[in-house]
Amino acid sequence: MRLMQRSVFAATVLILTGMLSACATQSVEQRAAGEFFDPFEPTNRKVHAFNKVLDKAIFRPASTGYVGFIPEPIVTSLTHFAVNLSMPGVVVDAVLQGDFKTAGNGLARFLINSTVGIAGLADPSTDFNIPRADTDFGETLYVWGVGEGPMVELPFYGPATTRDAVGIVADFFTSPLTFSPVRPVDNIGFYASLLERMADRGNFSDTIDSILYESADSYAQARIIYLQNRRFELAGDGVDGYGDLYDDPYADIYGDPYAE
Amino acid sequence: MVTCTTTLMPIYMVTLMPSNFKFRRLLLTSAMVAPLVASLPSLAFAALTKATASELVNRLVGDINKVIASGKSEPAMVRDFEKLFIKYADVPIMARYALGVDGRRASKGQMRSFTKAFQGYISSKYGRRFREFIGGSLEVKSTRKIKTGFEVKSIALLKGQAPFEVTFLVSDKSGKGKFYNMFIEGVNMLLTERTEIGAMLDRRGGNIDKMIADLKKIA
Repeated sequence: MRLMQRSVFAATVLILTGMLSACATQSVEQRAAGEFFDPFEPTNRKVHAFNKVLDKAIFRPASTGYVGFIPEPIVTSLTHFAVNLSMPGVVVDAVLQGDFKTAGNGLARFLINSTVGIAGLADPSTDFNIPRADTDFGETLYVWGVGEGPMVELPFYGPATTRDAVGIVADFFTSPLTFSPVRPVDNIGFYASLLERMADRGNFSDTIDSILYESADSYAQARIIYLQNRRFELAGDGVDGYGDLYDDPYADIYGDPYAE
Repeated sequence: MVTCTTTLMPIYMVTLMPSNFKFRRLLLTSAMVAPLVASLPSLAFAALTKATASELVNRLVGDINKVIASGKSEPAMVRDFEKLFIKYADVPIMARYALGVDGRRASKGQMRSFTKAFQGYISSKYGRRFREFIGGSLEVKSTRKIKTGFEVKSIALLKGQAPFEVTFLVSDKSGKGKFYNMFIEGVNMLLTERTEIGAMLDRRGGNIDKMIADLKKIA
């Protein structure tokens, strides 16, 4: 079974990386202007519609119920638990990126929160001022110089660049604490991260609803918000993808409102 | 007569001399500069500096917090937010940017009513979001000069959440120091709204008046 799991993973990665290499045609300027490469838009829109149905019927009600009925400290605690279980993966990715500071912080957090923090249910690391450690395989690919690739809308997940889609699939199947189809007890990491996502969906219900159900084109809104946020996360401050976003509305070619 | 011409002569000569340009220019500039100098204190006050740019954001945040703490009903709060939006933001330039290419074919009247509708729409959309800020705070962290004015970076601290970055872009190109764009964790508000307004127009076959009417309904 493990073998099958790995071959599914390998096949997915192969398909997705095939997409990556085929389409690395976007210029830095285009990316900085918030432009995107979405050649599979019609398919993506169908998947988006499916995700919306799923959200409305199951995920949204379950999430609002979760944060509505379960007391806040327990929800927070379970989120800490999920984040703690993801730490070994974060450490591995940080090492792969050569980011030993984040790796060290992640390791320290995992050791402290797993022990002092009672199996990760509490977050004493934050009280000890250990910086948060958060990264993923998508970021590792970014650090390695892999391009974004075309947009894909992942079922059950949402918009992603191909590079991030590879990262998400890789993280999901390789984290020793996240996924195992044969020994259900091993899936605790998966359930925990599901609860973490439900907490987010529930706590930011209004904002997410406004994007998904109140906008004129929820696909276009989700896509541009995801893309800008992800580029910001990866490039940080003032690096490519952010600096040029400060284009000047006052120099807009469409005319000067102060001309009158 | 003679004395008169002699006394006048040097002045006449001076004005004819090649250096007269220098002289006249001096006169001209001092004549122009005089009122400018007189008004310098007020000019210095109006011009945007690093300090006044971050102060503007601080005052904006303070005023938003006051509205949130007022405990008024949501529609009343949205009305208050609209007043703050007009006071602190350069609404005309934001509206024009959000309309994008379609702004070129909009008449002056359409532009005016779009700006008004946009102002209500933004106030209600973002005002309702501010509820999530209850009990939170926004701290100005740094300010730096950018081409159009200043970039004011702040950190939002909300209960039980990782701190996140909110950046304001401030300019005095409207004649007054006002913010004209905002980034929340890298998400450019103007760019996102341009996408949304564009989608609304597409849905209405590019009809600007219909879009404005519907925008008013949302707000």
